[in-house]
Amino acid sequence: MKRLFLLVPLALFVVVGAFLANGLTRDPSNMPSQLIDRPLPEFDLSAIEGMEVGLSSDDIKGQVALLNVFASWCVSCHIEHPTLMALAARNEIPIYGLNWKEKPGDGIAWLNRLGNPYTLIGDDQNGRVAIDLGVTGAPETFVIDKQGRVRFRVAGPITDQYWTDVLAPMIEDLRRS
Amino acid sequence: MTPEIGHFALILAFAIAIAQSLALLGGAVTGNADERFTSFGRRASLIVFGLTLVSFLSLMNAFGHSDFSVINVYENSHSAKPFIYKLTGTWGNHEGSMLLWVLILTLFSGVLAAQGRAAPRELLNLTLGIQSLIIVAFIAFILFTSNPFERLFPTPTDGTGLNPLLQDPGLAIHPPFLYLGYVGFSVPFSFAVAALIRGKADTVWARLMRPWALIAWTFLTIGIMLGSWWAYYELGWGGWWAWDPVENASFMPWLAGTALIHSIRVVERRDAMKGWAVLLAITAFSLSLVGTFLVRSGVITSVHAFAVDPARGVFILAILVAAVGGALTVFAARANSLTPTGAFAPVSREGALVVNNALVLTACTTVFVGTFYPLFIDVLSGEKISVGAPYFNLVFTKIAGITLALAGAGTLLAWKRANLSATIRRLAPAALAAVVTGVIVLVIADRERVTGAIGIALVAWLAVGAISEIAFRIKLFRAPVSDSVKRAKGLPGAAWGAALSHFGLAIFALGAIGISLWKTETVALMTEGDVAEVAGYSVTLTSVERLRGPNYEAERATFSAQKKGEKFSLSGERRYYPIRGMETSEAAIRAQGLSDLYISFGENTSGRGWPVRLFFNPFVAFLWWGAAVTALGGFVAFADRGRKPAKLRKKNPAAKPIEVATA
Repeated sequence: MKRLFLLVPLALFVVVGAFLANGLTRDPSNMPSQLIDRPLPEFDLSAIEGMEVGLSSDDIKGQVALLNVFASWCVSCHIEHPTLMALAARNEIPIYGLNWKEKPGDGIAWLNRLGNPYTLIGDDQNGRVAIDLGVTGAPETFVIDKQGRVRFRVAGPITDQYWTDVLAPMIEDLRRS
Repeated sequence: MTPEIGHFALILAFAIAIAQSLALLGGAVTGNADERFTSFGRRASLIVFGLTLVSFLSLMNAFGHSDFSVINVYENSHSAKPFIYKLTGTWGNHEGSMLLWVLILTLFSGVLAAQGRAAPRELLNLTLGIQSLIIVAFIAFILFTSNPFERLFPTPTDGTGLNPLLQDPGLAIHPPFLYLGYVGFSVPFSFAVAALIRGKADTVWARLMRPWALIAWTFLTIGIMLGSWWAYYELGWGGWWAWDPVENASFMPWLAGTALIHSIRVVERRDAMKGWAVLLAITAFSLSLVGTFLVRSGVITSVHAFAVDPARGVFILAILVAAVGGALTVFAARANSLTPTGAFAPVSREGALVVNNALVLTACTTVFVGTFYPLFIDVLSGEKISVGAPYFNLVFTKIAGITLALAGAGTLLAWKRANLSATIRRLAPAALAAVVTGVIVLVIADRERVTGAIGIALVAWLAVGAISEIAFRIKLFRAPVSDSVKRAKGLPGAAWGAALSHFGLAIFALGAIGISLWKTETVALMTEGDVAEVAGYSVTLTSVERLRGPNYEAERATFSAQKKGEKFSLSGERRYYPIRGMETSEAAIRAQGLSDLYISFGENTSGRGWPVRLFFNPFVAFLWWGAAVTALGGFVAFADRGRKPAKLRKKNPAAKPIEVATA
């Protein structure tokens, strides 16, 4: 009896260890967005300094599209940028940009230097629209369907791998439905 | 000194630690230890420490000189950073902090090898051998998954900056203390496993292990306090403890360590509770490892989390499984052999310590459950939830209250069998103080009367209990003053330490009760010239100005506060670090006696004013002073060793520290 009792700590640890191991396969930062399957919030943003046309939520509706939150001060956006450029060059999908909390002039300078993958860009200088979207950090990307609903959210940079593995098949499905 | 020197030194330390573990454990397992092997094994501890130190200094040198050809420096430093933060940046990142972890680990092993000559040979060899296995595992972790010495070509012109939140004196110094605590528990862990392998946990063993447990616990106390203090003035939310997973990760080993330092006393004095003490030593270090795992694996998110990488998580989990699983397996197989000789009476010091252990471990379990519940739910159902402060406040505070009540009484009980009526007489002053303060709170408090009265009564009970313990033992007022002074001098450090720590805990509890029950908070949208009221102070936002720091831009708000003719000004900042695109805040804090007027402000996004949060935090100074006194008690108790059981040595010659060599 005493023997069995001494096994209790080990048994407890095995259970906790199993949960920890399983937990490693999950990404806690990938919080489910409250917006999933809900219509994209209404907004109408002016153009960033140095560009003429802004971005409103109506521009995005009627097609499968990406809405990408970016800023020149965001390190991961630099990592993501080449992937977005490649998508735009191949005309894979319209990408709309939300330039988040950017100082006037910084955004256009960044795009002039590295290229512009965006169909249209809105200037969200005070972060108001980002709050409506529930943005947790940049970069963040929303997949919008033909009905103008948010179908998926990517927190963090999109890589080529992620595009081929996750986003491309999903967008294919959305286009067909 | 190029970074390669550090890299090679670490590889060499790795190789020597492997040889050391083979030499020491091989001898112990075969029961046929060649003295040449074991003396190499003991000296190797010092060599491994020396090499790790070279490695660490070489990394620090790279940070000091802003050598951006080292990836780690490029990613975590910047030439515009103040020099002192360049140096502290050495451990402000995952790789460097792991190197500091290992440095402290090898330091403890080195001290153990140098100091432990008086210990029984076999015990020392086994303990050092297990210690070297831990060192091997962690150096492997650094070399294979988190190498801080990797180079980058071509060399970038400047770095990408330290996490600006870490650019703060409070944060620069609290990790080393936390690590001293976490890593310090590795020594009791090794002692515990060695005791299980030998099948012998006696009073000698307890006396050797006790200072290690005490010093680890004391450093952990300081580390947690510094971390909490940092969070209080830097994070700007007006609180000092958020039950964040990483805070909990440091608090759980502290609770287990608290139980450990209490039960070790029972082993030392009464030769009982051995299985418990061994299990607690294993638990304290296991929880330290779990804490490390939590911060680095990304299993649970937190503001504190370093770069998250599942590969590292897998490695740390493997270390965790090997260390904890291994230790608990040995425990299951061998704990039977630890037979107590002391008998137990329910009303006695050791009886109280058993209850203390049960309570503290229950508290630890509630924290554990609260911390891991979201993970359990995620794994079982895929649902994302979070457990917040309400759960902890509801469950933890009740258990903590009962523990405080017992701590006040426990030290007044005698060992073996306490005389019940004498004990009750000794408890009278504390009980009186509790009733009087409780009634006072009931009368004067403006809200939370009942909870406050119970809380403050507990504080008085514990504080007066700690004082009367000393008063009784030195026969204060019952013997001539000179006699009392002589007795005070003769009183062992362990008794002084316990009384100090309990008294510190009471002060700390007073701070915690004050801020959680009687804090006042106002939120207002203010522009320059606006006035807001909090706790009788009328606070005016006098000016907001922009200024530039060495590597940040800031907005500084100056407030002036007025209450009953007394007038003063205070200012806080919101800093923006362009290199990382991050913002931090420095709350405006002005101490008013033992309380704080605390103001933090946000961004003027609407153009109509700054959102300002004003807090009046009563008694908050008690938190820091209480924790400091608690830690001081730990140091005092730590300083008491060796001379303590003189009585025991005379009575029981077998317990002499010098044993016949096994070789």
